[in-house]
Amino acid sequence: MSIDISTARKVAHLARIAVKEEDLPALAGELSAVLAFMEQLNEVDVEGVEPMTSVTPMRLKRRADVVTDGNIQAQILSNAPDAREGFFAVPKVVE
Amino acid sequence: MSGLNELTIAAARDALRKGEVTSAELTEACLAAIEGAGALNAFVHKTPEIARERAAAADQRLKAGDAPPMCGIPVGIKDLFCTRGVPSQAASNILNGFRPEYESTVSQQLQDAGAVMLGKLNMDEFAMGSSNETSCYGNAVNPWRRGNDAAPLTPGGSSGGSAAAVAADLCLGATGTDTGGSIRQPAAFVGITGIKPTYGRCSRWGIVAFASSLDQAGPMTKDVRDAAIMLSAMCGHDPKDSTSADIPVPDFEAALTGDIRGKKIGIPREYRMDGMPDEIEKLWADGTAMMRDAGAEIVDISLPHTKYALPAYYVVAPAEASSNLARYDGVRYGHRAKLAQGDGITEMYEKTRAEGFGHEVQRRVMIGTYVLSAGFYDAYYNRARKVRALIKRDFETVFADGIDAILTPATPSAAFGLGEMANADPIAMYLNDVFTVTVNLAGLPGIAVPAGLDRQGLPLGLQLIGRPWEEGALLNHAYVLERAAGFVSKPVKWW
Repeated sequence: MSIDISTARKVAHLARIAVKEEDLPALAGELSAVLAFMEQLNEVDVEGVEPMTSVTPMRLKRRADVVTDGNIQAQILSNAPDAREGFFAVPKVVE
Repeated sequence: MSGLNELTIAAARDALRKGEVTSAELTEACLAAIEGAGALNAFVHKTPEIARERAAAADQRLKAGDAPPMCGIPVGIKDLFCTRGVPSQAASNILNGFRPEYESTVSQQLQDAGAVMLGKLNMDEFAMGSSNETSCYGNAVNPWRRGNDAAPLTPGGSSGGSAAAVAADLCLGATGTDTGGSIRQPAAFVGITGIKPTYGRCSRWGIVAFASSLDQAGPMTKDVRDAAIMLSAMCGHDPKDSTSADIPVPDFEAALTGDIRGKKIGIPREYRMDGMPDEIEKLWADGTAMMRDAGAEIVDISLPHTKYALPAYYVVAPAEASSNLARYDGVRYGHRAKLAQGDGITEMYEKTRAEGFGHEVQRRVMIGTYVLSAGFYDAYYNRARKVRALIKRDFETVFADGIDAILTPATPSAAFGLGEMANADPIAMYLNDVFTVTVNLAGLPGIAVPAGLDRQGLPLGLQLIGRPWEEGALLNHAYVLERAAGFVSKPVKWW
């Protein structure tokens, strides 16, 4: 499977990474090379094999459904590039 | 006393407890060594005030007789660990200016044990790399050189700063993280010891996530005993990490008996790669002989799916990374791009991530996005997870047959020159992890131990792979190998 320019453009957009139009051919080439490397996996007989979901077979632990923290608005906002009146600020989303 | 920064953790601990040295003195020696080692670019955020404060507190504890083994020991922390109030950037511009309001569990445990943080260490951006060349801080440099050749070499990656700092005696030990070999490859490149414990041993909470099913923290130290001491302090159950194992942490140092008589050491035939350098082949054979001389039984074993570990890894790791790195959106922390008139929220995301992520990170995020996208999920991601299950089964089979540990080379070469791989395709760089990546996929513990020098005078390492949760036995095998190899070389100081 090789990636063409329009697929590269689509993947970049799905990943929310701006890629200049003139950089798309090089990107498509790089992605294709990595995918070609992955093609080796097609040699493996995986019939009847369950995909690995957990490194160590374990039941996820449960905890009591209680509030363990809170009232830390200032801490949560302290690293925001733009915080106003107790909120994260972003460009207008709704017209 | 001179050269306090050159002590091992064990020697410093014993001297501290006897009152022969103070943590303040050890800390000053390390801070002075760091000041003189700018050329290595290992420490990228220095924290001398924090270090002096913690050293004074450690000295109080030592006086009061309340001194766990790491108490008063100066260490470096990889930039991937969130440390409260101290820049924690994962070597990425997208986290520029980020100062966490919280502390990672592992660095908190070290702090609680009395360890002294000297600062944050260089690494590949988001731990994606094998040469420390993808860092936003610039390359870390290997303290070793090829004889009299001044060409700068890579300390390996992604924990390159940790490796350079320990090898150059800027600290007594350092934290690293290992997703595909990022502790063991750099340890081998600089002639130190590095262990990645079993997946679930160290809490991942507060460590910037790369590939959550593969990431594990571990210590990088001057010898095996130090690795045992520091690992004990880093491990333990943490309710904040759902994959953290709720099982007791043994005293790993107590496992170092030096006796491996009757143990079965597996030599996997699939690790004998075409075109493997003679020196690596010989190192491996020498290591095998050392284990045999120590009374172990050497067994040829087969791990048939080894060849598919790298391609499986380069599906699974980028897939998880693309999901984990979605959080860097310019809203909650770090960098946000300057927007043009009329730009909306999508432009904000796209420009922020284009400016903030380096090239390798962008490539992996996009690969991950592609293999998870509709129509390709089964062909790539699910197939890779099935192959991963087979790789794990390979190991389970040999362990069920009675193998106690597996001996392999740590890396396919010695440290290479910075910039030497610049024009190679990404796959060539990925091959650095060929011997280490299987261990992450199977969730096993693995350790790199320095075992010799190549003909250019550069260190080479061997890797031992252990049974899950049996880090103590693994460290004991490594201890035997270390004593037999007798590696004592240090880089000649040029920096």
